[in-house]
Amino acid sequence: MNGKNWQIQRAEATIHGATIIRGGRVIDPANNIDKVADILIIDGKIAAVEQDIKFEPHYSFNAVGKIVTPGLIDMHVHFREPGQEAKEDFVSGSKAAVAGGFTTVATMPNTSPAVDNSALVRSMVSRAKEVGIINIKIIGALTKNRKGEELAELRDMISAGVVAFSDDGNFDSNARIFMNALDYLHDTGKVVICHEEETSLVKDGVMNEGKRSAMLGLKGRPTVAEDIAVARDVLLAEYTGGHVHIAHISSGRSVDIVRQAKKRGVKVTAEVTPQHLTMTDDLVNPADTSTKINPPLRSKKDVEEVLAGLLDGTIDMIVTDHSPHAPEEKDREYIYAPSGFPGLETSLGILLTDLYHENKIDLNTLIAKMTCNPAKIFGLNAGTLTVGTPADITVIDPSLEWTVEEKNFYTRGSHSPFVGRKLKGRAVATIVGGNLMKLL
Amino acid sequence: MENNLFGKSIIGIENFSPEDIRLVLKTAAEMKKIIRGKVKKLTNLKGRAIINLFYEPSTRTRTSFELAGKYLGADVVSINTGTSSIVKGESLRDTLRTVEAMGVDAVVMRHKAEGAADYASKVVKPIIINAGDGAHAHPSQALLDLFTINRAKGRLAGLKVAIVGDILHSRVARSDVFAMTKMGMDVHLAGPKTLLPRFFEFDGVTVHENIEDAIKNADVVNVLRIQLERQQAGLFPSPREYARIFGINEKRLRLAKDDVLILHPGPQNKGLEISNDLTYCENSAIHDQVQNGVAVRMALLDLTLNGGE
Repeated sequence: MNGKNWQIQRAEATIHGATIIRGGRVIDPANNIDKVADILIIDGKIAAVEQDIKFEPHYSFNAVGKIVTPGLIDMHVHFREPGQEAKEDFVSGSKAAVAGGFTTVATMPNTSPAVDNSALVRSMVSRAKEVGIINIKIIGALTKNRKGEELAELRDMISAGVVAFSDDGNFDSNARIFMNALDYLHDTGKVVICHEEETSLVKDGVMNEGKRSAMLGLKGRPTVAEDIAVARDVLLAEYTGGHVHIAHISSGRSVDIVRQAKKRGVKVTAEVTPQHLTMTDDLVNPADTSTKINPPLRSKKDVEEVLAGLLDGTIDMIVTDHSPHAPEEKDREYIYAPSGFPGLETSLGILLTDLYHENKIDLNTLIAKMTCNPAKIFGLNAGTLTVGTPADITVIDPSLEWTVEEKNFYTRGSHSPFVGRKLKGRAVATIVGGNLMKLL
Repeated sequence: MENNLFGKSIIGIENFSPEDIRLVLKTAAEMKKIIRGKVKKLTNLKGRAIINLFYEPSTRTRTSFELAGKYLGADVVSINTGTSSIVKGESLRDTLRTVEAMGVDAVVMRHKAEGAADYASKVVKPIIINAGDGAHAHPSQALLDLFTINRAKGRLAGLKVAIVGDILHSRVARSDVFAMTKMGMDVHLAGPKTLLPRFFEFDGVTVHENIEDAIKNADVVNVLRIQLERQQAGLFPSPREYARIFGINEKRLRLAKDDVLILHPGPQNKGLEISNDLTYCENSAIHDQVQNGVAVRMALLDLTLNGGE
C-alpha cells in the first residue's frame, strides 16, 4: 500500500473498552436525530448518543465540524470470491469499503462458481467472519448457476445465512421460474433483487441506445429493455404478493412504473447507483472502457427522472454496484471489455459533490438512503445509532476536498470513470463494531 | 493550404474541418495523376514503414492502402491476423506495442470494435489510420466518396445525396454523413426501419423509411452493402423482399436526377441492394471509386506522415 495518499489506520485499542466520538453533527435518520452530540461506544456497541458526555474514555475522536452517521450500507457489491480473485477478494473489497465509509456490504453471487447452494453460502459466511474488517452479507443466486432454468435450493441457503437472492447480471427471462421463486419465498420474507434488462433487447449492446450510440455506431441497450423487465417483475410481485427489489434502476420510465406500483401497494423497492444519478451517455468514449456498465449510462432526461424518483421516495436506497475487474481486462476494446467499475471508494464523494453540494438533496435524505432504508428493507441489524446496536459508524468531512486517483484505491479494480474528479466531501473515519479506522 | 493533418492519426471524420477535407481532395487529385502515369513511384515516404493491421477481412481497402504506401515509396507490410500471434490471444495493446517496437511510422488498422483505432492512437506513438472500426467510422471511404462526387459534379455544397440500405451497421454511412454535412451537402438516409439507427438526429440529415422519398431528385445515390446475416438476425424477412421494396434498380432510380451518380462502397450483392445493370451503367462511379480510393489514401499517408511537402 505504499504511495497512497490515503491510508487506513486502525486507532489504538478501540475494540475493547470505551471510545468516544466527540462534537460531530450526528445524523441518524431512523431515530429522527440531527444534532451536535457525542457518541459513546462501549464493548463494540453504542452506549450513548448525548450532548457533552462527561465520561473520558481512553480513546477519543474529535469530530467537531464533521458529520457522524450510522455506518454506510451497500447492498450491491461484487467481491468476486470465489474464483475471480484477480478482480477483488474479501480483503481488498473490505478495505475499499472502509475507505469509502461503508461498514456493511452485501455481495452478489455471480462468482465462479455462482453462490447457489448452502455449502458455498456457509463457506462465504465463515470467510466473511474470518476477514472481519467490515460486515459482509451474502446474497444467494435465485436459480442454479444463475441460468434462470431451475430454482436454487433457496431455503437451504436461507438456513445458511443469505440475506437476499439475486441472479444479478442476468435477467430471469423465464417468467414462470421467476414467478415460482416469488411464490416459493413468499412466507420467508426474503427479497429478490432483480437485474432488469430484457435479454433479447440488450444482446450485444454495450451502451444506452440514443443519439450518442447512433453516432458512435456502438450497439445499444435501449431503456425499453429495462422498462419491460421492471414492468413484468412489478406485475409478478403484485400478482404473487412477493417482494421484488429493482437493482440499479436507470430508466426514467422504469422509475415511474415503480412509483405507480408503490401507490397500488405492491411490495416493490428500488436502488440506484451514483453513476446513474450523475453521468449520462454523452460521456461514453469507445477508447475508454470505464463508462461501460450494465444497465448503461442513460440520457440526461433519465438521470433527471431517476433523481426525482430518489427524492420522492420511489427509489429507496443508493448502492454502488461496486464491480471491479482486473486492469488488463478493462484495458481493451470497448465491445470486448467486461462491464462495471469499482464504486465503493468514490460513492460518498460523488454523492456529496454532485448532489448535496449542488443542493439537489439534503443530508438526512441522502444518509437515510445509505443506512436505515437498506437495513429496513433487508432486515439488517444496522443502519441506526440506536443505543445497544453494534457501533457501526461513519464520520464524514463534508467539505474536505480531494481528487480521485487510482493509486489511492484499495480495490483491485481499475478504470473508474471518476478518476481525476475533484470531489468535496468524504469519510474520514469508519467504525465497525467499535473498531475505529482512521482514513488519513 | 495549411496542413493540420501532419503528425496526426486519422480516426474519424468528426475531427476534420472543411479545410482539412478540401486539402485531402486537392492532394488526392495530384496523386490520381501519378496513379494514371506510367511510373507509379514517388519518394515522398522513402524510408518510412507502414503496417497494415487488419482484424477483419478486406480486399479493396487493404490493397488500396498497401499500393498507396508503395506508390509513395514507403515499405508496407500487411499482417494476416489469421496466422499471427493475435490468434494466440495477444491483446490489442500488446500487438500494437510489438509493431511499434519494430519501428513503424504508421499503422493502418481495421477492427471489428468501434473505437479500436482511437484506443490504438492512445496506446502507441505511430500514426494510426483508421481503415474501419466496427460500425463507427471509415474515414478514407468517406473522403474517396467526396472526391468521386466532386470530380463528377464539380462541386459538393448543395447536392442532394441519398444513402440507402443498412445504415445501422454501416461505418461508411456514418463517415459519409459527417463528411458530407460538413461540406454543405443535403443528406438523406433510407432503408427499412430495422436497419436505420434510432435517434439519428443531426443537422443536414433527413431519415426516411421509404426509399423513393430519399432518392427523389437526388444528385448522388450511395447504395450500401446488405450483409446476408442481417436477414438471419431477423432484420428483414428475405433477400427477395428486400430487393423488391428497398433495392436500387433502374425503375426506382428514375426518381433521381437524370445525371444521378451511383456509388457503392463494395463488395456488391447483385440483385439484392443493387441490380446488376446499374453497376456498369454510365451513371455508375463504382469503379472510379476504387481508383480514387488509392489516390485519397496516398493523400492521407502523405499529409499525415510527410506533411504533404
